[in-house]
Amino acid sequence: MSDTVFALATAPGRAAVAVVRLSGPAAGQALSNLAGPLPPPRRAALRLLRDKDGEIIDRALALWFPGPSSYTGEDCAELHIHGGPAVVDRLMESLSRAGLRVAAPGEFTRRAFENSKLDLDQAEAVADLIEAESAAQARQAVGQLQGALGRRYEAWRDELLLILAHLEAAVDFADEGLPADVASLAGNPLRALLAELDLALADQDRGQRIREGYRIAVIGAPNAGKSTLFNSLLGRDAAIVTPIPGATRDVIEAPLVLAGYQAVIADMAGIRPAAEPVEIEGVRRAHIWAEGADLRLWVVDGSSASGEWKLARELVAPGDLCLINKSDLPAGEDARAAGRGAEELGLEVRHVSFAGGGAAAALADELGRRVAADLAGSDFPAVTRVRHAALLSQARRDLARALEVLSQPELAAEDVRRAAGALSRVTGRIGTEDVLDLVFASFCIGK
Amino acid sequence: MMFHVKQLLERRPDMRYSRGHALERWKGPAAVSWDVIVIGGGHAGCEAASASARFGARTLLLTHRIETIGEMSCNPAIGGVGKGHLVREIDALDGLMGTAADRAGIQFRMLNRSKGPAVRGPRAQVDRRLYKIAMHAAIEAEAGLSVREEAVEDLLVEGGRVVGVVGAGSDIYRAAAVVLTAGTFLKGVIHRGEERIAAGRHGDAPAVGLSDRLYGLGLPMGRLKTGTPPRLDGRTIDWAALEKQAGDPIPTPFSFLSGPIAGPQVDCAITGTTAKTHDVIRARLEESAVYGGRLAGRGPRYCPSIEDKVVRFPDRDSHQIFLEPEGLDDPTVYPNGVSTSISPEGQDLFLATIPGLAQVKIVRHGYAIEYDYVDPRALSASLEVKCLPGLFLAGQINGTTGYEEAAAQGLVAGLNAAREAGGNAPAVFGRDEAYIGVLIDDLVTQGVTEPYRMFTSRAEFRLRLRADNADQRLTARGVELGCVGSVRAAAFIAKADTLERLRARAGNLTLTPSEAAVAGFRVKADGKRRTLLQLLAFPEITFERLAHLWPEVGAWSEAAREQLEIDAAYLGYLERQEADVALFRREEDLALPRGLDYGALCGLSNEAREKLQAVRPATLGQASRIEGVTPGALSLLLGHVRRLDRRAA
Repeated sequence: MSDTVFALATAPGRAAVAVVRLSGPAAGQALSNLAGPLPPPRRAALRLLRDKDGEIIDRALALWFPGPSSYTGEDCAELHIHGGPAVVDRLMESLSRAGLRVAAPGEFTRRAFENSKLDLDQAEAVADLIEAESAAQARQAVGQLQGALGRRYEAWRDELLLILAHLEAAVDFADEGLPADVASLAGNPLRALLAELDLALADQDRGQRIREGYRIAVIGAPNAGKSTLFNSLLGRDAAIVTPIPGATRDVIEAPLVLAGYQAVIADMAGIRPAAEPVEIEGVRRAHIWAEGADLRLWVVDGSSASGEWKLARELVAPGDLCLINKSDLPAGEDARAAGRGAEELGLEVRHVSFAGGGAAAALADELGRRVAADLAGSDFPAVTRVRHAALLSQARRDLARALEVLSQPELAAEDVRRAAGALSRVTGRIGTEDVLDLVFASFCIGK
Repeated sequence: MMFHVKQLLERRPDMRYSRGHALERWKGPAAVSWDVIVIGGGHAGCEAASASARFGARTLLLTHRIETIGEMSCNPAIGGVGKGHLVREIDALDGLMGTAADRAGIQFRMLNRSKGPAVRGPRAQVDRRLYKIAMHAAIEAEAGLSVREEAVEDLLVEGGRVVGVVGAGSDIYRAAAVVLTAGTFLKGVIHRGEERIAAGRHGDAPAVGLSDRLYGLGLPMGRLKTGTPPRLDGRTIDWAALEKQAGDPIPTPFSFLSGPIAGPQVDCAITGTTAKTHDVIRARLEESAVYGGRLAGRGPRYCPSIEDKVVRFPDRDSHQIFLEPEGLDDPTVYPNGVSTSISPEGQDLFLATIPGLAQVKIVRHGYAIEYDYVDPRALSASLEVKCLPGLFLAGQINGTTGYEEAAAQGLVAGLNAAREAGGNAPAVFGRDEAYIGVLIDDLVTQGVTEPYRMFTSRAEFRLRLRADNADQRLTARGVELGCVGSVRAAAFIAKADTLERLRARAGNLTLTPSEAAVAGFRVKADGKRRTLLQLLAFPEITFERLAHLWPEVGAWSEAAREQLEIDAAYLGYLERQEADVALFRREEDLALPRGLDYGALCGLSNEAREKLQAVRPATLGQASRIEGVTPGALSLLLGHVRRLDRRAA
């Protein structure tokens, strides 16, 4: 546990005071970067908090708890700031830029137990316990997950269940009228799951990025208003805005904090059949980035009738947002067609205009809710951490071995159970009853 | 697994009682005080009474009809995958079921023979009459066990403890502990077509008084249902038209003590329902107790009625039926696969549509039965009722099904009742030790939603818990706990000594990769020495080939070689499982205080608190298996317990 984490310790939203906690070896450094020399241990000090550029974030109470006499046993700090979301977001953004990580839910407590002074010989057992996520919790986490990642985990769970049901049926109901080759029927779902895991592992890189931030891609036809939207969300001119279509060539990424979560938003080249090499490359990069994103904002110029909006549709996935822009201008054909098209694709449609103020804040709120809904309460996403990648690799190895010993279902089942254990954090625990349920639903068992 | 059996045997620390005061059926006055009273003479009751007596407790078995002791009230078979494992474990602990089944078995089959040894399950068709004779003999032979015919009407409760029972004639029997194995007798109702008969097992009266008493005690109770098929007159079956199913050419006995099976062996036959059968049933669904809405209890998913099968799997045009003879001199045949509760006329009609059964006569029609059970979460792992010390429950009353599940619980409840009467600590078997442990932990931790049946998939350490090594896992433990007699202990020691010696020897016989290459074995040239066991793990390396290399190996007994082959087959998997077992043990060994006040524990979710309060887990491991108890809740629990410990220290 060498990295340093931070989290909002009070409930998000407007409040008089918000408390941000830091824990880890870099907590002291981060605190003094923000608030000047470290206050005396366990004494509140009134300080001005400044970001890296020296700009004032807030006037706050700063507390310093050097380890091991702290909640987690590590070096800890607390900042009691004014409770507006803007202040909180700015502080968290500046901590995250300083290389600190947003803590996973429960991580402070986990660190506390891992550094437990209660009973050292049991510390290990506690860690194991906390590692072993319970069925209910993990399932809830999966339930909260929406979008492509969540669907992928659901699919894994289904495949695992199907595999286990066949193997266990072969073992437990040998004499009850099942087809003799019932175990071998697990072969196909096993191969399918292996392929899925291979994909996920190849995609580790993306997971790594998810850890760095929830990725939001701004896509659409050239000159649809992507860069304007991008700048409005960031509150600064990060991208060059011109009326000339195709102004943005490369992918421009910028970090932002949404509802207390780290996010990365990217502006990119408009999708169109490009002619010259620089733009072709820009469109290619846009494609890659957009496909890997957690959420795509499909921007459509509502006043145009060019029809070019259609080109971006292959990049979107159900659950993405379609923003029909320039709703202050007379509606063109694209607006209506895009609205219908987007709904058919399972997208949610919003009519927006960034010409005036307010639209950006409303959109930021909506994005915040989405990020929170996708990530809140889930100590996960699967491929987002090195440790999870290791679990996926282990599951992959186990499943590959299961395939090799498929003719001995009790051994194959052992390997698959092990894989299910490794994946339980993302798929939810698969209990005996789940497997038996599927066995009895699928096969006519019983002499 | 290494047990120092000899030392264990010499210690036998728990043997409070002297053995050998053989009693005839006891006919004296009721006022004698017993150590343990067992109510019920079914599979649970017999094992409970015997285990209690083996421990040395003066034990009284009360049954409303002595004649029904050892009755197989449903199918004429014992064992199977999972169930056979239980029988082997009961036998390893010196219980009765295995030897009785070996004496009465008329067709032995090792299920899953084509699969690995961990999931092979011994099963036998059993002659019901012979089984009863064997069980009666075993009960009578048990020193210190008395039997009396008496319907029990009530429990005697004093100072919050059960201290005896009240018989039908108001006789009072006092005992230090009572084991209740009331089966389906609690408010049992039989359904057949429109008929409803208050009854326990067929032909027996239900025990309404005792049921009321249990409700009066505030025990959480529920209702379950199960069914049974019609019984057929085998003389009216056209056997020649049917496919035969024979037993194994060389029967494998259940018991580690049994010699070769000598009794005559018979075939079963296989037939199946037809489209016509399904038409008859479909037209009469309303008659079935479940589909007619007269029966609400939940039935077992793994043993559906033929009505269920027809409704749930409409695409199937046939369902298999096994015709199982109930005995050598008994023409009754048990048609396994057509449990039903439609009207007798309907049963006559659908059976006639089945190949081989056109002329069949029904001896007794099938029926569904619903009955009360006690939510087993009210029990501790010793099967004692937590809120009523002195009372132990075992068998179907705890929501299980099957002779083997009942017997396994009976053994544990009887042993623990005797241990409690003698002032000894409870005997609990772990999930890592025995299917018996898995069974009881599932019951007392998860409760049941359908009649609970053992499956090997319930055992997370399945590769360790095999039928072949039940004695190596449990007999020494049984000696230590005081439920294994000297005959079995001696036989086990002899076997264990040989195995221990050969295993040690097998560990010393090694080859380097180059030596292996010379011997013609293809192994990786990694410079590592491989033991005989590791070499055996290669599919193409057999004992025969190894015997060329090491002639002494050729002299090892068939049984020992088989055991070593099994050890080798699972070598890698078992080694890998060791870490899981260690982790399991660590949590399992962390006891939670009995009177822990979950209400006073801050930070627990309401769900976790309610579940913990309902189950009152004995260990942190058990708590972790309760659904809804999160890792967060567990760490709170652990922290709390640690603080208590420190305060106490």
